[in-house]
Amino acid sequence: MRKQTPSQTVGPFYAIGLTRQPMNVMAVDATQGERIRIEGKVFDGDGVAIPDVMVEIWQANSHGRYNHPDDKQEKPLDPTFTGWGRSGTDETYFYSFETIKPGPVPGSGDSAQAPHVNVVVFARGMLVHAYTRIYFDDEKLNDSDPVLRSVKNKARRSTLIAQHGERDGKTVYRFDIRLQGEGETVFFDM
Amino acid sequence: MKIQTYNPRDWRSHPPYSFKAYGSSVKRGPLKKLVPLEQTLSEITGPLFGDIQLAPGETDLTRNADTGKEAMGERIIVVGRVLDEDDKPVANTLIEIWQANAAGRYHHPVDQHNAPLDPNFIGAGRCVTNDKGEYRYLTIKPGAYPWLNHANAWRPAHIHLSLFGPSFVTRLVTQFFFPGDPLIPLDPIFNSVPTKSGRERLMAAYAHDVTEPEFALGYRFDIVLRGRRATPFEGPR
Repeated sequence: MRKQTPSQTVGPFYAIGLTRQPMNVMAVDATQGERIRIEGKVFDGDGVAIPDVMVEIWQANSHGRYNHPDDKQEKPLDPTFTGWGRSGTDETYFYSFETIKPGPVPGSGDSAQAPHVNVVVFARGMLVHAYTRIYFDDEKLNDSDPVLRSVKNKARRSTLIAQHGERDGKTVYRFDIRLQGEGETVFFDM
Repeated sequence: MKIQTYNPRDWRSHPPYSFKAYGSSVKRGPLKKLVPLEQTLSEITGPLFGDIQLAPGETDLTRNADTGKEAMGERIIVVGRVLDEDDKPVANTLIEIWQANAAGRYHHPVDQHNAPLDPNFIGAGRCVTNDKGEYRYLTIKPGAYPWLNHANAWRPAHIHLSLFGPSFVTRLVTQFFFPGDPLIPLDPIFNSVPTKSGRERLMAAYAHDVTEPEFALGYRFDIVLRGRRATPFEGPR
């Protein structure tokens, strides 16, 4: 068996290769589903917001289907929606995505997962990317979601839940990521 | 629902989140234990860019600055294969590439190294593997550059690569190095990889069969992503 190639940091200059074009607008006019914006900051162990961080997300469409051949569910695909986005930070150190609320997808066994967005975090100083998830604070399925329930400590579990808000009549979810220290976000080994 | 999951991250191959000799890593990695997550549809799917339309010239970093002129430096041809742990080729997968110029300076406002910028070199490119998992691009050999990690710190010449593979869990960002560079054993980022064999897997090899006479030297760098577990897995009920 071959061995995995080691991960290395994206370094301080990843924008040259990775974020020269904006890739954080995932929904177009024709995309089905509830329009949402997800935004937040990423903090280091001193509680300082990080500018040279990059966040990528992957999500199901509004019906709860992934745009991928291994998702064989009989749910509609949305040809206008890939489900993938990438964001660096703006001048106020916010990352952001313009997307739609994903539908629920099945979990292990017969379980249902609450609507969620899958997240990867990269930064200068991160030798290995970190995986987390964004859940939404207004979803009833959260209570029975197997991944949320696997985080026994409720304070820690809350680090996975974005907070609903509104701006100019639009839905905005706030999701901050704390890489370490007080309120450290739950990161997954998957 | 039965799904075919992927092998776990091999933590003997990857660096730790926090590696003291690389100062920036100390405050930027999780300290709490990672929470184990059984792979679901969310993890075994992921963005595929197999049908992405690359602009002409994206695989030629020596000429893709749109100035009509060629970048300064030593031309190199980089080839390799993207494989999984079972030696299966990872076909039609996107590779994003970025690097410093021949003088060791990035085309980026944050890079204040007092070395010349090259107007004919951006230092970014993309390529997609073919059905055998092979890729190839043309660039110039990047220079070493100083950084502020410790006294008289210099990064060895390296090229950054970003890959997706077939799923959300096969994502990889790495960088590779050139054989014979005396800065490599002094580099904390290279040394963050915990095993000698792992560090060796970050080394490109000089490839005389790729070298083109009167034109450019060849280097080979293979990349191995997480493989798939043999049998479909049904989670506990």
